[in-house]
Amino acid sequence: MAAAFLRVARSSRVLWGARAGPSIYKAYASSSSSTSSSFFSTNTLITLAGVTVAGVGAYGFYQNSKPSPYVGSSGMQYTKATEYQKEGATHPEAEAEKNLESAQETSTPPAPASSPAPPPPADIPDFAPYVLIGAGTTSFAAAKAIREKDPTAKVLIIGNEDYTPYSRPPLSKQLWLYEDHEAAKNLKFTASWSGGKVVDVFYKADFCSPKDLPNLEGGGIAVVTGRKVTSLDTRKKKIRLDNGSEVSFNKCLLATGGTPKTLPVFQGKGPFSTFRAIPDYKALDKLLDSAKSILIVGGGFLGSELAVGLASRGKDKGVTISQVFPEVGNLGLVLPQDVSKWTTDKVREVGVQVHPGTGIKSASVSEDGKKVTVVTDNGTELVADHVVVAVGLQPNTDLATSARLEIDKEHGGFKVNSELLACTDVWAAGDVASFYDPYLGRRRVEHHDHANVSGRLAGYNMTGEHQPFMHQSMFWSDIGPDVGFEATGLIDSKLPTVGVWGRKSSEAVDTPVDDYSKGVIYYLDKEGGRIVGVLTWNIFGKMDVARQIISEEKTEVDISDIVQHFEIH
Amino acid sequence: MSYCKRDGKDKSLFLTREDAKDPENIKTLVEDEETYGLIAPDGSINWDCPCLGGMANGPCGSEFKEAFGCFHYSKEEMKGSDCLEQFKVMQECFQKYPEVYSKYGEDEEDEEGNSDKENNEIPKEANNNNDSNNNDDNNNVNDEDK
Repeated sequence: MAAAFLRVARSSRVLWGARAGPSIYKAYASSSSSTSSSFFSTNTLITLAGVTVAGVGAYGFYQNSKPSPYVGSSGMQYTKATEYQKEGATHPEAEAEKNLESAQETSTPPAPASSPAPPPPADIPDFAPYVLIGAGTTSFAAAKAIREKDPTAKVLIIGNEDYTPYSRPPLSKQLWLYEDHEAAKNLKFTASWSGGKVVDVFYKADFCSPKDLPNLEGGGIAVVTGRKVTSLDTRKKKIRLDNGSEVSFNKCLLATGGTPKTLPVFQGKGPFSTFRAIPDYKALDKLLDSAKSILIVGGGFLGSELAVGLASRGKDKGVTISQVFPEVGNLGLVLPQDVSKWTTDKVREVGVQVHPGTGIKSASVSEDGKKVTVVTDNGTELVADHVVVAVGLQPNTDLATSARLEIDKEHGGFKVNSELLACTDVWAAGDVASFYDPYLGRRRVEHHDHANVSGRLAGYNMTGEHQPFMHQSMFWSDIGPDVGFEATGLIDSKLPTVGVWGRKSSEAVDTPVDDYSKGVIYYLDKEGGRIVGVLTWNIFGKMDVARQIISEEKTEVDISDIVQHFEIH
Repeated sequence: MSYCKRDGKDKSLFLTREDAKDPENIKTLVEDEETYGLIAPDGSINWDCPCLGGMANGPCGSEFKEAFGCFHYSKEEMKGSDCLEQFKVMQECFQKYPEVYSKYGEDEEDEEGNSDKENNEIPKEANNNNDSNNNDDNNNVNDEDK
């Protein structure tokens, strides 16, 4: 019968799934015989003793830095702050940011008492031993790491934004939720890692002026802002900038990040935008005063965080926030289906009108240019004053042509080895690097903590070390008041998963209500059931345990023993 | 009480506080999970069967269910011959997601060699040679269903 089905399918020229095809056949052939699939086998029980104590950090650095207690802003509608405190856990951001903070402590550049950020648009030196292209988190982490190992290093960072390096996550997270809107407008917020102090998004360091850099005996870090590097000559070891100036170097880092993608229907003129940098945050925040409706296109991290953030900030202003995406639920490319749908319910509770499972057919702008009408693939029309397109990032690899560097066709980005080396004396890190992970294979990661971790590793290696990528980066997200998570490893909804969730009551199993409020999701590789990713859902500060599970190559059968290492109740 | 649930390739264990502390309980729970194949004991289709490779949950899940469901319950002499409309809709949906479905198509040719091409070349209406096979298949399955 299955064969017949396949035949009918083919005769109507159906593209049929090979994996589904033959297995359907088998299942159909043995239709009523129940196959008991044993999920945890009873043999091989490897205990995970001591998993919480052992440190796997490749950098002693991470272990030395003290996790800061999370103290949230009082009166915030989001209550997680107290939760972190209660559990004595480290907030996700604390883990990511502590790396940078401790970098500051350890490096303490003997910097001249010259210009604080932003430095004046100074003359650009024609040589710097270390040139870092891109002025984001990656370059900043690299600069700190370089100065840690080489205390008199002269580091020149060149970025095309008009700011010294800053942290991007708050632009879609805290700045929308911090109750002091005026402070938020000035990029200030209460940070988990600051002990409740108000901080801003900028990284703090004694930046010196690029002009002074060559003459500083103790070296320093200089930032050239608003300049794009247009070519890289890896043989002559020289870069050229968009104003024609040239800088020679000994060592160079490609940390050019990415540019937001958009959709063809939003490429013309109209009230559309993407979101990546400080000006995007300021523009969108301002828009809440004039717009009555904003549509977010995209159901990933950025789209979902922005939807929730805009809904919270715009609640009192009567702005309608909608979100549309093709997946079954928010973060559908990341979370198992049921969890993704559950998350969508939570996003709706914050006040976002979510349209999951919906693609976009066309978009038209009204004559006065003030309204967009989006037609979805099910024929519905969504009208908005503004559309924010959050459909992913395109790594900035323009320099590959002049530098003659290899682009990874599958993952995108510059292809580098496990030491992040692209070619002699040229490294790549952050969003733009397709690197070889000794544990999980070749991949490219677009997350803040990865920018930290890989930027630091590149920095160390630029000073002459030869460290491979060993420390798994993590990432985190907060989607509304009920959803916060941290994760590390390969987190992809295409992988098989095992979720372990805490049940609140002992009610009868006959009427189960699937409660996804607290638990751990294990992502397994398709072949051997090895755990390749761990996501802790409303459980914080457990990433070291998660990293160890991955590096010790635990498998599905170990899960029943691992469960007790996470507090799921 | 704790329970275990399966949704295609994804499994969820919902554990009570007591059970979470005892690995043995968790193992027992998972082993006791009632699983069956594509066809449930009552004859209905188990859309969560892992054997479907996630087809029922993919971007064309509803179209797939329509087509496959129609085929499964078809009482026509040439089983599924009343489902061509549903197949067409499903196929149109598949074409909208080439990145999801076309690669399966390629795999299939790899695994099954030429049979695919042969079938494609046979015009739908003039598919007489295969009819008898179809009927055989039908009979077999019908027997099993009984």
